[in-house]
Amino acid sequence: MGDANMRAELGSPGRRLGTLARHLGVDYSPASSSLMASHNASEIVTPSPTAGSYGGSVFTNVAQAPEDPILGVTVAYNNDPSPVKVNLGVGAYRTEEGKPLVLNVVRRAEQLLVNDPSRVKEYLPITGLADFNKLSAKLIFGADSPAIQENRVATVQCLSGTGSLRVGGEFLARHHHERTIYIPQPTWGNHPKVFTLAGLSVKTYRYYDPTTRGLNFRGLLEDLSMAPHGAIVLLHACAHNPTGVDPTLDQWEQIRLLMRSRGLLPFFDSAYQGFASGNLEADAQSVRMFVADGGECLTAQSYAKNMGLYGERVGALSIVCKSADVAVKVESQLKLVIRPMYSNPPIHGASIVATVLKDGEMYQEWTIELKAMAERIISMRQQLFDALRTRGTAGDWSHIIKQIGMFTFTGLNREQVTFMTKEYHIYMTSDGRISMAGLSSKTVPHLADAIHAAVSRIK
Amino acid sequence: MVGSRRLLIKNGVVVVYVVLSVLRWRSHRILRCFDRMASALASVALSAPFARGVPLPENPMVQRIGAGKIHDNRLFKGKAFRRVSMAVSVNVSRFDGVTMAPPDPILGVSEAFRADTSDLKLNLGVGAYRTEELQPYVLNVVEKAEKLMLERGENKEYLPIEGLAAFNKVTAELLFGADNPVIQEGRVATIQGLSGTGSLRLAAAFIQRYFSDAKALISSPTWGNHKNIFNDARVPWSEYRYYDPRTVGLDFDGMVADIKAAPDGSFVLLHGCAHNPTGIDPTPDQWEKIADVIQEKNHIPFFDVAYQGFASGSLDADAYSVRLFVRRGFELLVAQSYSKNLGLYAERIGAINVVCSSPDAGTRVKSQLKRLARPMYSNPPVHGARIVANVVGDPNLFNEWKQEMELMAGRIKNVRQRLYENLSQKDESGKDWSFVLKQIGMFSYTGLNKVQSEHMMDKWHIYMTKDGRISLAGLSLSKCEYLADAIIDSFHNLFTAALLVSKLVRPSKVNV
Repeated sequence: MGDANMRAELGSPGRRLGTLARHLGVDYSPASSSLMASHNASEIVTPSPTAGSYGGSVFTNVAQAPEDPILGVTVAYNNDPSPVKVNLGVGAYRTEEGKPLVLNVVRRAEQLLVNDPSRVKEYLPITGLADFNKLSAKLIFGADSPAIQENRVATVQCLSGTGSLRVGGEFLARHHHERTIYIPQPTWGNHPKVFTLAGLSVKTYRYYDPTTRGLNFRGLLEDLSMAPHGAIVLLHACAHNPTGVDPTLDQWEQIRLLMRSRGLLPFFDSAYQGFASGNLEADAQSVRMFVADGGECLTAQSYAKNMGLYGERVGALSIVCKSADVAVKVESQLKLVIRPMYSNPPIHGASIVATVLKDGEMYQEWTIELKAMAERIISMRQQLFDALRTRGTAGDWSHIIKQIGMFTFTGLNREQVTFMTKEYHIYMTSDGRISMAGLSSKTVPHLADAIHAAVSRIK
Repeated sequence: MVGSRRLLIKNGVVVVYVVLSVLRWRSHRILRCFDRMASALASVALSAPFARGVPLPENPMVQRIGAGKIHDNRLFKGKAFRRVSMAVSVNVSRFDGVTMAPPDPILGVSEAFRADTSDLKLNLGVGAYRTEELQPYVLNVVEKAEKLMLERGENKEYLPIEGLAAFNKVTAELLFGADNPVIQEGRVATIQGLSGTGSLRLAAAFIQRYFSDAKALISSPTWGNHKNIFNDARVPWSEYRYYDPRTVGLDFDGMVADIKAAPDGSFVLLHGCAHNPTGIDPTPDQWEKIADVIQEKNHIPFFDVAYQGFASGSLDADAYSVRLFVRRGFELLVAQSYSKNLGLYAERIGAINVVCSSPDAGTRVKSQLKRLARPMYSNPPVHGARIVANVVGDPNLFNEWKQEMELMAGRIKNVRQRLYENLSQKDESGKDWSFVLKQIGMFSYTGLNKVQSEHMMDKWHIYMTKDGRISLAGLSLSKCEYLADAIIDSFHNLFTAALLVSKLVRPSKVNV
């Protein structure tokens, strides 16, 4: 309909003009809808299919958003009928049989919870489950951490890593004088959006070196030294996503010195504690180094991977402050961020975590299951590396075993990735990232064949 | 003589510099000014022959906190200055400027209640259902659903950004009716949200992005968090009259006039049923007239449905207002919560529904809501969604749920009845207390003002919010008489003083 098209083009300015026209008692030209023509207030308005202006939809200007690139990979995978397809997109752990895994210790905790007659579903406080918060802080900072002993840590339960980053970002946008955050290049696709919507301005620092497929340490130090005093810096605590490239402890120390001398505020994203190396303490080293020097920092913690609680959305935001006094005030302000976002966090996942962490025996069982997951991934790395070497695939593939965590930045380019998807039904993100957690001994040979073919035929 | 005076001057300059440096770190806003002053003084001091221009290595343990740029390293080369800078910076926080946030008004009531040692104390601030024994209540159907889920041993994989598909389906059907044309035609965009709050917030963020000229109209009064949600989402809002203290009822004419006076295309926030905090709902006739004026102004209805089934005991009856607007052809938004009607408070389970004029619009709207959810929490929690899908999706459990809901709503109606009877019998003034029966849902506006509400706490140990709101969910039949005595006492004996005080209080109508 011509009118509808015209109205669709007019959109918001059209609506304003239309309103003005109505006030002036003028018949606005494309408007022939009953609503517009009615100048007489007492006339009964004829109901139309919608009550949006001009008889069209109020949502005319709402465009279709593109599918999320990472989650879109799984969508495409699901639509593929091939029996040899492999999903190396989303970062969720899979067993050797290619199945999702619920940890045994998690099932046990759930049994306890569901069968507990005294359990209620009353609202949690805005800051979440108190036990969970204390235990989470101890997990990441160490039980003997002076920051904890001195009550200098404000911890709030949030919706996994994403929620913790968002709440932390909003807090900083309101209360930190320097509203710029530096994120590594590359980083998890959702980081820039989280911080932008939180109200921070986002800049990058060099991180990945494609020529070495390792860390561009010099570039990192240079870029951070140029950051304005007081800027916030996002650091992946371990198992950098998407590259799998982590600084060595020595390099972390240098980063720390530089950041402290320039007054840069560290904001750690810790999504893989225990999952990267298999050892909870080792994977927390970077964070603990910064806390040990007495300085301030933020940490976003997630239990999605290390406890396999992906869909329960369990995480915590901790802000290490200079004094207990400041920590109390900071916590009060965090509540003001949370309350208008979702009021208080979901109880189920946090209860599971608290149950596991506070019971010595369950905690032990958890560390064993965690180690098993990490080791399976490490063995996939080794197998893939060996398979490529056996095939004599051109290039240095040692980065596969040097990188750590769930993901590997293969170094494959967009065209090679497209080729692998089309010819070999390998699903991965177009930046060349593969999720090692999605591999098994059975599928490694197929992936190696695909990489070999891609590298030989496409440059 | 000359040397010692010089020494005095230099020391004086050092002291002033120290004071300014301390002040500098304490106040970000006047930083630049002090920065210049401090550097000016420092260079004066440094120019004295006592200064040792020996370059010292920077101590990495010293944190340079504060936004001021260290323009010139020469500032810190004097020995005296090095000691000063260490002493001042060690215990300074970059969050020193963070002030203590005011406590949440509603939670404060519960805290005060807990601290009260009296046997007579009664907590009528709580916004959660209590049994006659004043205990929290987990519904039987919820326990059954959770046991089923445990037996099945379902996985804990990420949900899609829009949430659990089965949950979204039954939720929209529950609200609109499964046979509703908008559902049959696929015109409803439903996204699982973090209970009512989270769903409202997603909708507000959507409004800000796609209707940046529009403002929200909220009732006066309304749930306290509504304003916070719109503020944080940066949606401007203003209030429409709602509560009439003279009748302890609806100011209908005021409501219609204010909605009419608002700019075209505003989002009108309406409580689907059981208005919070007043308990006062429009009649069906009044809803029709409200729809008329909304249509006339091309406003967009935005329903907050937190009590479907919990208000009257009937899911369909409580959806009346929403379904009326849908029938009349409006495009509209509905934020839904299962906190009260399924007792799933802490699981944070709800949804945002957008009824659109076409399936295509629905698809586009849904895609944009997802785009707002992803940078907020990525995808919603699975547990509560599965409980709802299991209960609402299973005919047996669904029927059992309806029965439990009738019991909960029934208990609240019973306490209202008892309270009304007690008030009418005990109050000799002839005041009309029937508003207690006319109001509906968990909350009631008693008509008590701030001073009177405080008297309830101080003398009678009855805890309620200062706007005169009581939670019937926290009242048992056995306590109705006591409550009636307290209300009568507070109302009559503080009437004069309270009237004077209440005239001094002017609530603001419009936000920044």
